[in-house]
Amino acid sequence: MFKYFEPSKIFSITSKAPKYVLFLFIIILSIGLTEALILSPEDYKQGHSVRIMYVHVPAAWISLGVFSTIAFLSIVGYIFKIRNFFLISKSLAPSGLVFNIIALVTGAIWGKPTWGTWWAWDARITSMLILALFYFMYLVAWRIYENDEKAFKATTIITILGIINVPIIKYSVDWWNTLHQPASINILSKSSIHVSMLYPLLMMTAAFALFSLLIFLMKYNTELIKIKNKGLDRL
Amino acid sequence: MYGRKVKLRFFFISLILATLVLAVFLVIKSLKENVIFFKSPTEIKALSEIDKKKIRIGGMVKKDSISIISKEINFIVTDFKNEINVIYSGVVPNLFAEEKGVVAEGYLKDKNFFLATKILAKHDENYMPPEVKAAIEEK
Repeated sequence: MFKYFEPSKIFSITSKAPKYVLFLFIIILSIGLTEALILSPEDYKQGHSVRIMYVHVPAAWISLGVFSTIAFLSIVGYIFKIRNFFLISKSLAPSGLVFNIIALVTGAIWGKPTWGTWWAWDARITSMLILALFYFMYLVAWRIYENDEKAFKATTIITILGIINVPIIKYSVDWWNTLHQPASINILSKSSIHVSMLYPLLMMTAAFALFSLLIFLMKYNTELIKIKNKGLDRL
Repeated sequence: MYGRKVKLRFFFISLILATLVLAVFLVIKSLKENVIFFKSPTEIKALSEIDKKKIRIGGMVKKDSISIISKEINFIVTDFKNEINVIYSGVVPNLFAEEKGVVAEGYLKDKNFFLATKILAKHDENYMPPEVKAAIEEK
């Protein structure tokens, strides 16, 4: 189980990484915010309220991406008994939850002036709320189980249950009549968002991804230190 | 290559996933009516009887159909096949305009008249600066 896992070796790299990631994050965030709040044009229909998109959409993307990563790592980690994958998953979860909540809150703020409501039980909002609950369950499971083996099992099952929800979130706008509009950004066909708005959106996504990475590294280092200390106790 | 236990765990996880996907698929299929946020005018026309419950209808606001008489706003919601008249008094959201998407919550008077208690604007997937919009319209 510990075959490929050497905490001290990993720690020597991950303990140095945060400052570089923080530096990069600040640069990308400044560029992203300048573009999103000042340089990018206003929307022909929404005016300036379109700028909430540059926080709302990247936050939603990151929370989906983080959950998918957690689910993948947990399942593979469970099948092959790779302890490190569980530690990575555990350290990734908090930033995913934070971005999920940011997406919900900014969505409400955006919804009020544009749609005319803070909250609507449309399929996409509801499925995002369910994702937040899964994140919450996942984090609580780590707290409940002191025994590692039990925690691995419980969290894997939660991620398996939760991952079903991810494609539902993605395709909810295509499958049902929702208040949310269909996807603006398509990889295969032409995107229906103008380039001058797409660019800051991608910049902000990069910034948020770096923030996620930063929080992940801090959490992960804490986990590694915990393992090291436990090892010392046993000696 | 891999141990028996690894294979067993792989099989176990695959089985859980397959079962879940199937279960969720069936649940969603049976919930279809309830997951849909709004009905289109065509679906309203197809109703066998008028529901007294609160429902939502959605579609495009027909061009030149908005008329404001004192505090009452009248407009026509269309899905380009069927239309329905909506009567509403209250505040409309910013994006509410002719030839734009709208969702109205309220009660059906009959198959042609809808008394709205709440109006929600529906955005489309197009985002562009005003100049680009103007350029497109010129073409």
